Amino acid sequence: MTRDLRFFQAIHEATDLCMARDPSVYLMGLHVPADPKGIFGTVSGLQQKYGSDRVMDMPTSENGMTGVAIGSALVGMRPIMVHQRIEFALLAVEQIINQAANWHYMFGGKDAMPLVIRMMIGRGWGQGPQHSQSLQAMFAHVPGLKVVMPVTPYDAKGLLIAAIEDNNPVIYLEHRWLHNIFGPVPEGHYTVPIGKARTARPGRDVTIVATSYMVLESLRAADLLARDGIEAEVVDVRSLRPLDTAHILGSVQKTGRVLAVDGAWRSLGFAAEVLALVAERTYGTLKAAPQRVTFPDLPSPSTPALAQHFYPRTVHIVNGVRTMLGLQEVTEAQLGIQHETPLDVPDKAFTGPF
Amino acid sequence: MDAGLARDLYFRMLRIRTVEEKIAELYPEQQMRCPVHLSVGQEAVAVGVCAALASEDYAFSTHRSHAHYLAKGGNLKAMLGELYGRVTGCCQGKGGSMHLVDRSVGFLGAVPIVGSTIPIGVGAAFGTLLRKERRVTIVFLGDGATEEGVFHEAVNFAVLKRLPVVFVCENNFFSVYSSLDVRQPSTREIYELVRGYGLESLQGDGNDVEAVYGLTKAAAEKARAGRGPTFLEFKTYRWREHCGPHYDNHVGYRSEQEFEEWKARCPVARLKQRLLQRGLVAQQDLDGVEATLTDEIEAAVAFAKASPFPDPQLLGAHLYAP
Ligand SMILES: Cc1ncc(C[n+]2csc(CCOP(=O)(O)OP(=O)(O)O)c2C)c(N)n1
Repeated sequence: MTRDLRFFQAIHEATDLCMARDPSVYLMGLHVPADPKGIFGTVSGLQQKYGSDRVMDMPTSENGMTGVAIGSALVGMRPIMVHQRIEFALLAVEQIINQAANWHYMFGGKDAMPLVIRMMIGRGWGQGPQHSQSLQAMFAHVPGLKVVMPVTPYDAKGLLIAAIEDNNPVIYLEHRWLHNIFGPVPEGHYTVPIGKARTARPGRDVTIVATSYMVLESLRAADLLARDGIEAEVVDVRSLRPLDTAHILGSVQKTGRVLAVDGAWRSLGFAAEVLALVAERTYGTLKAAPQRVTFPDLPSPSTPALAQHFYPRTVHIVNGVRTMLGLQEVTEAQLGIQHETPLDVPDKAFTGPF
Repeated sequence: MDAGLARDLYFRMLRIRTVEEKIAELYPEQQMRCPVHLSVGQEAVAVGVCAALASEDYAFSTHRSHAHYLAKGGNLKAMLGELYGRVTGCCQGKGGSMHLVDRSVGFLGAVPIVGSTIPIGVGAAFGTLLRKERRVTIVFLGDGATEEGVFHEAVNFAVLKRLPVVFVCENNFFSVYSSLDVRQPSTREIYELVRGYGLESLQGDGNDVEAVYGLTKAAAEKARAGRGPTFLEFKTYRWREHCGPHYDNHVGYRSEQEFEEWKARCPVARLKQRLLQRGLVAQQDLDGVEATLTDEIEAAVAFAKASPFPDPQLLGAHLYAP
């Protein structure tokens, strides 16, 4: 049966289900059992259910604990580690990149490295330059890591189960503004294959390739474009590595235009990768030069006065497409976009620090 | 301790307490649009340590830095401007509450990544040594930070090079909601562990500002005299929630009783009591000072609220130094 769940509930359900099915799955992270809000609700009650050996807090020791996770994986466990902000995982980059990513390859394919690392990314409420970076490209750059970015609650569950059951290290990136969105989620076990993109909205005029929360902004943009008769196809990549290049190329071959939308830095990032891919493989068939909508190449400022100029949103995507079609840019007012909440909060319910 | 100094310590603590209470009061207006980590209850460490330093000495801090910044002499208006995201803030609004800085008083920076300023502080001390300056560097850190590898790496180097650095650990028993006993063995004291690195490592009452002052003074003098680093652990307690303006005992990660016990040991009230008992101040002196503090703080808040937001042009500024 399928019912509507929130994104965070989908993550909770996937974790619960995998822990129930497989005693080698365990969960750890700073405040994992202790946080009264249950890490955005994603781990609530799991320690009561599975005990403190399988759901545990950890010392403030990210690198060391990642090594511990890796070692336990080598001897048959399937750890899930959680970082409330991606920045905290940077302290563990040595273990993640040098060790986890390379292990299977460098020892001649002998050992598996089943390890899931959940990291929160994204913006909000003055988090500033060290608490709101979106470093997907950095992790996705590394061969040996898989990197997934679910957008829908359906994918949040299916991709997490796939990640837990995968024999490789999987970086599972959650945008903070997605935790409360609603969507249909089937009960029981199912997986969403890692490395398969999805068409979030079909269209014929332009392909918008987007990641994570920016998929939602792209869908809003597509709705607004449709009012002017422009049919945008929105591709939700779901996995950055492996990247479903066939899906992206198939769409671009159909539409002849591509706009890459990524909530992260522009240069050398995911959007740059999409454009490179399209340029290499569809050169000569494009009807317009490929475009990107991304953050500027700057640290993310704390003050809302600057943050509103830092994070691109629907209007920027609309204009990215319009530019490709040789149309004039439009303003939010012309599009009828009114912001009911300040730009630094995800929804009306939100009133304080993340 | 002489009367002047004791009174000074009291006023400094009271000032910080009043500023933080004011922030807690104003935060729900939602005009400060960044996280805040208050140190209400922990004022004695900030004040005792910084009062033992000279203005040219350096200090580094963490996410919970308001008290350290103010105790070191940081500009109150610039701090509030930063919390309000204004261009008059100490980082022109770019940093927010977790990034305070005031170079003019040797407060070289606070960042929220746990442990990250520890090696940087050691590096500053190394720099002063290479430059043959007689400055002391203070690194404020929490009990949580002693679990980070970088803490151990940094202490080792400080000992190796006999650096003029004092590590000040505010042990408030919590890393957010995780109590010390799920993170470190309960049979071990942090300062005893650190002693194994080969530096003097001491523990003091973090709610007794005179004790904090005394230990820091000695450690700073030793550092200045070229006799190397010291680690000081002060046990203290955070009254309010880890991040945000509220009290949060009801959420269940600590007991009301534990909280009340610590509240009864309020560092500000405790010193006030002593001052009155020793006859070093009269009640009316204190009333007068409280009134001037309130005025100062109201004025700083008004300044911050009236300050302009940064111009969008500033978004692209400061990426690289000229
Ligand atoms: C590397 C890293 N990991 C995790 C966090 C999340 N975090 C923010 S504050 C904090 C508590 C640290 O505790 P402690 O050092 O004792 O300082 P306190 O908050 O008690 O003053 C944690 C874990 C972080 N900021 N940085």
